[in-house]
Amino acid sequence: MTLKKIHDDQPKEFKFSSENFKKAEEILKRYPKDNKKSAVMPFLYLAQKQNSNWIPLAAMKYIANFLSMPYISVYEVATFYTMYNLAPVGKHFVQVCTTTPCLIRGADKIVRLCKEKISPNENELSKEGSCSWMEVECLGACVNAPMIQINDNYYEDLDEKSTKEILESLINDKPLKPGSFRGRKNTAPEKKQIVNGEKHA
Amino acid sequence: MLKAENKIFKNLYNQLGWEIDHAIKRDDWKDTKNIISKGREWIINEVKTSELRGRGGAGFSTGLKWSFAPKEVGSRPHYLVINADESEPGTCKDRDILRFEPQKLIEGCLIAGYAVNAHICYIYIRGEYFNEGRRLQEAIDQAYEKNFLGKNACGSGWDFDIHIHYGAGAYICGEETALLESIEGNKGQPRLKPPFPALVGLYGCPTIVNNVETIAVVPTILRRGGKWFASIGKPKNTGTKIFCISGNVNSPCNVEEEMGIPLKELIDKHAGGVVGGWENLQAVIPGGSSMPLLPKKICDTITMDFDSLIENKSGLGTAGIVVINKDQDIIACMARIARFYKHESCGQCTPCREGAGWMWRILDRVVKRKATFSDIDLLSDVTKQIEGHTICAFGEGSAWPVQGLLRHFRKEIDSRCRDEPLIKKRTNNPYLVDQHLLENKNA
Repeated sequence: MTLKKIHDDQPKEFKFSSENFKKAEEILKRYPKDNKKSAVMPFLYLAQKQNSNWIPLAAMKYIANFLSMPYISVYEVATFYTMYNLAPVGKHFVQVCTTTPCLIRGADKIVRLCKEKISPNENELSKEGSCSWMEVECLGACVNAPMIQINDNYYEDLDEKSTKEILESLINDKPLKPGSFRGRKNTAPEKKQIVNGEKHA
Repeated sequence: MLKAENKIFKNLYNQLGWEIDHAIKRDDWKDTKNIISKGREWIINEVKTSELRGRGGAGFSTGLKWSFAPKEVGSRPHYLVINADESEPGTCKDRDILRFEPQKLIEGCLIAGYAVNAHICYIYIRGEYFNEGRRLQEAIDQAYEKNFLGKNACGSGWDFDIHIHYGAGAYICGEETALLESIEGNKGQPRLKPPFPALVGLYGCPTIVNNVETIAVVPTILRRGGKWFASIGKPKNTGTKIFCISGNVNSPCNVEEEMGIPLKELIDKHAGGVVGGWENLQAVIPGGSSMPLLPKKICDTITMDFDSLIENKSGLGTAGIVVINKDQDIIACMARIARFYKHESCGQCTPCREGAGWMWRILDRVVKRKATFSDIDLLSDVTKQIEGHTICAFGEGSAWPVQGLLRHFRKEIDSRCRDEPLIKKRTNNPYLVDQHLLENKNA
């Protein structure tokens, strides 16, 4: 698994907001009464959403108490799964898929653009502080390769020009609408044949 | 070529609308009560007649799997779990079902849940599919509104509830026992089998785990009859299948086709052909990244079904077809897949945890022309040491693509190797330690 670094500057306290507390109680109803532990993954998501997209240690302790399970078990889960961020990420969090199907269609060019536009290194805040990017493994939209995920949304069928526009829109804090950037309907084949695949990144 | 009237997923691209009213117009939820009233045995037998094989990769008979669930509910409740943790590189079929055909899945859950005596169903969706999960939740809410779910679901007398559980970016949770561990709130590390989940699964209770596509085709099979499904495709490889065609093709797409369609026809008819023409084809990964690749010579004649791919030492897997043409560096492509497995190994079994990284480092050296001939023998040895020595099939999944590369592209690999090792200093370390890892601080 990937190495995950715990953030140095940790807040001392964490508590679910009253809205999230209600959500948490709803979540608990989905699982059998003796298996409260099952709610640890949805709870970590709630904590992550509440704490601007990363999970502090205090939140893990809070969740451990909430579900009456050992703190180390929550820590184990939070460090095992890659989607739990244990250090701050940008408000616009760009995840670039670079696994083979995307690589074949030019994901390396998108990585280069991220380095240029956002920051030279992964998991680093951009100059104006609102974006960060990282390479991730297959995001499961291979037919729409190359693609990136920004927060919860998929941006598909990219090329260099459209990626540039997307990244610039993030820096200006006016993100473009997600979806296909070649104007096609979801995963349908395109009628107008792209001769020799020229239109991808 | 599949006839239009035999298509199961009519809304694969959302040309007709995903909402429940549109779905009902496409015959979803038609006669569901009637089907359930025919009884468990009839349902399981009909699925057996259809010879439906699991669409998640292993290709196990679905009817047979269901019949493993205990016939009577004992002291422990039964569970149905749907595997929507689709993360195999090259595969994106379940995403379209979740987004555009959710009612087929929900209806299938009810029928399957009834057939295996389960009142509760968990759908495990990968965390990245956040929007798809939200869509599915909307669809579930719509089904509750129409009383298709909940108490006395669809008037069948069976109580049935569906809950969504999100994963969080771990490929290994697509393995059924790792998935159950994940729902229980643990790290997703697979369990030893036996006991199989059908007897001891979620919370120690009998559990049936099925792929999204498998469950979504069940209602149509039961409505049109197992014989109808069995008449499509080839014997023992029946029915229709969603193929995902990605990589170097002119028009990558998802498409539903019959099993046993020739690969060449599939690529030329639906995906606009290989970039640069069929002659420019180098290799095809036929079933998601864990299936060994096929060189052009085999691709010319191969048909896409479980058995003929196994004959050619590959497999249908999830039917995620990745086309690689001659403009690509085939070794770099496979090295990237090895890196994927290194990243995703859960770390439970030593051969996989260490071996996956080892394979990636050696392939990476081949790409950079820094490997020796003896490295390649070592690589072949490492793949054999992983295969069959791990708790789950991840070991095979990571070793097979490398073995496929060695089998079909040995000449290409050898042409990039050298006699002289890059690191000359010999240290007195045991054989098991990768010398390059000791030398390079950042390896």
